[in-house]
Amino acid sequence: MNMISKVDHRAQPTVGPSLVEGRGTPTRGGPTRGDACVSHLSMEPRKVGGVKRSWWQRQGKPAFSHLALGVMALTMLAPFVWMLLCSFKPLSEVEALNPIPVSWQAGNYSRVFQEIPFARYYYNSVFIALWVTFLQCLTSAMAAYAFARLRWRGREMVFRLYLATLMIPGVVTMIPNYTVMVKLGLLDSYTGLIVPAAFSAFGTFLLRQFMLGLPRSLDEAAAIDGASHWRIFWDIIMPLARPGLITLGIFTLIGNYGSFFWPLVMIKSECLRTLPIGMLAFDGIYGRQTNLLMAASVMNIIPLIILFVIAQKHVVKGIQLGAVKG
Amino acid sequence: MPALGFLLPNFLGFAIFSALPILFSLVISFSNWSLQKAEPFAWIGLDNFVELWNDNKFWLYLANTGYLMLGMPVAIGGSLLLAILLTQKLRGMVAYRTLFYLPTITSGVALMILWKALYNPDFGPVNAVIEWVFRLIGLHGVEAPKWLTSTYNLLGIDVEQLRLTAKQFGLGARDAIVIMGIWIAIGGSNMLLYIAALSNVPQHLYEAAAMDGAGRWARFRHVTWPQLAPTTFFIVVMSFIGGLQGGFEQARIMTAGGPAGTTTTISYYIYNKAFVEFQIGYASAIAWILFIIIFGITLLNWKFGSKALND
Repeated sequence: MNMISKVDHRAQPTVGPSLVEGRGTPTRGGPTRGDACVSHLSMEPRKVGGVKRSWWQRQGKPAFSHLALGVMALTMLAPFVWMLLCSFKPLSEVEALNPIPVSWQAGNYSRVFQEIPFARYYYNSVFIALWVTFLQCLTSAMAAYAFARLRWRGREMVFRLYLATLMIPGVVTMIPNYTVMVKLGLLDSYTGLIVPAAFSAFGTFLLRQFMLGLPRSLDEAAAIDGASHWRIFWDIIMPLARPGLITLGIFTLIGNYGSFFWPLVMIKSECLRTLPIGMLAFDGIYGRQTNLLMAASVMNIIPLIILFVIAQKHVVKGIQLGAVKG
Repeated sequence: MPALGFLLPNFLGFAIFSALPILFSLVISFSNWSLQKAEPFAWIGLDNFVELWNDNKFWLYLANTGYLMLGMPVAIGGSLLLAILLTQKLRGMVAYRTLFYLPTITSGVALMILWKALYNPDFGPVNAVIEWVFRLIGLHGVEAPKWLTSTYNLLGIDVEQLRLTAKQFGLGARDAIVIMGIWIAIGGSNMLLYIAALSNVPQHLYEAAAMDGAGRWARFRHVTWPQLAPTTFFIVVMSFIGGLQGGFEQARIMTAGGPAGTTTTISYYIYNKAFVEFQIGYASAIAWILFIIIFGITLLNWKFGSKALND
């Protein structure tokens, strides 16, 4: 986990080195079935033979489950719906208790772009997040290859050092890093925002777990054919590790798109502001114009929702992989 | 040594931005280093830590951090309940799961700004619903909570003297943040972990329990719960680690740490000391104390957790 996401831990998997290692996790080894969201588990035992299932099992229980889940789903959805509706209200209706706008103002969305350089914020967030993601995946994959597929002296010790730093709160490293950035004159620059986030002990850990699972005979066969380590890494391991890379990439992308703490202390000038920092400034200046704030919020989270809906299989896998395998 | 070439880029970054800063911050926690003060740099030994011990604010903020973690058992229990509901063969489970995960994927500045509006005592929908319910059941003259601007709390903690008093009993800023936290966390990663764990409980255990005539509750108590123990343990440990570092975004975006410092957590205090007041030495000392607290609580969790797991 890189230093930023440690404080800014939203959209990061709540994972780390498995703390349940060696305790006989029931989940170990078996395929993680959660992503299919169906399981053989039912709190009811299977009835043997042709015994008729009771009314409760056939109808009552599913209906009850749907009711409970439906109420929960409404609770989760209601704030988002309110946000969406409010973003279409004229300012005069914001304080009205009726959540549905009387006159719909789609123009709120274009006004956000007029009041603040919202497109610039989008660009900065995406630009920084993509660079961090690319660098983090590359450096993590290379280090993971060294940890998982190569033998060298001190390997276990260095790996333990990596794991140990995952325990340390992000704020501990944030302060020295900030002073270093001040001394190097990298405050308020893309470099200062990207480079410290480009290395991740968490990413290395995740990909190492993934690469450990690949058959060793592949490397050996390639080595006999005279392939260099770089060839083996690039042509054999990387394609096989693609699911792991995608998972790490999505987490890094989402985490850095919404990264808050590090940009907050690093960014001074307006043209460098990322979405979260820009939103915060917008909230400070236009705090009373809730309709515009909500329109900006909607535009802020829509890319995340789209990305998640497309890639949710990988997100779910990644969370389970990170926690389950030690 | 071919490994060196592969490791080097990552290791350099790791050393420069993680390992060395950790040591560096320990060293400067023994200094009075400030980026602003005219006072010359000096090594002051344990002075920062002594000052911290006598810093009443620090203890209040530590208590606040603890208060904001009170929602943890509710959130974890809720995650388990949702996971149990979601691991049945029913239609629409993926859709439900996606919905429940939405707050986790979007949490951050946009969500905090949204909740600030939801809690607004004048036009926020939270109080609109509460007042509607009050009218419905004929409660007149009872005020709805003032949420983010109120020092009231469900435990009745008095901010000034750090003691309990009936006068402070009610719903206030800290409760607002706890409720929002539960809303965010309940369908998040913990739910996904429980879904995975539930899917891996061997079916024959349930069949054996049913043979023995175990009822619904007995099956949960004696099969599901013990089988989930390692996952619960992991979730509890990670929640403590996250919770002790938490509260920064909420304070920075929603409350500015107020009212009367009741929503300032340790991490927001460190942020203010380091990046607003530029007292780097003192802030590093607090950060290290936070690390020691996290480490200590993780060890405790481990000790009692492994005992519970082995029973």
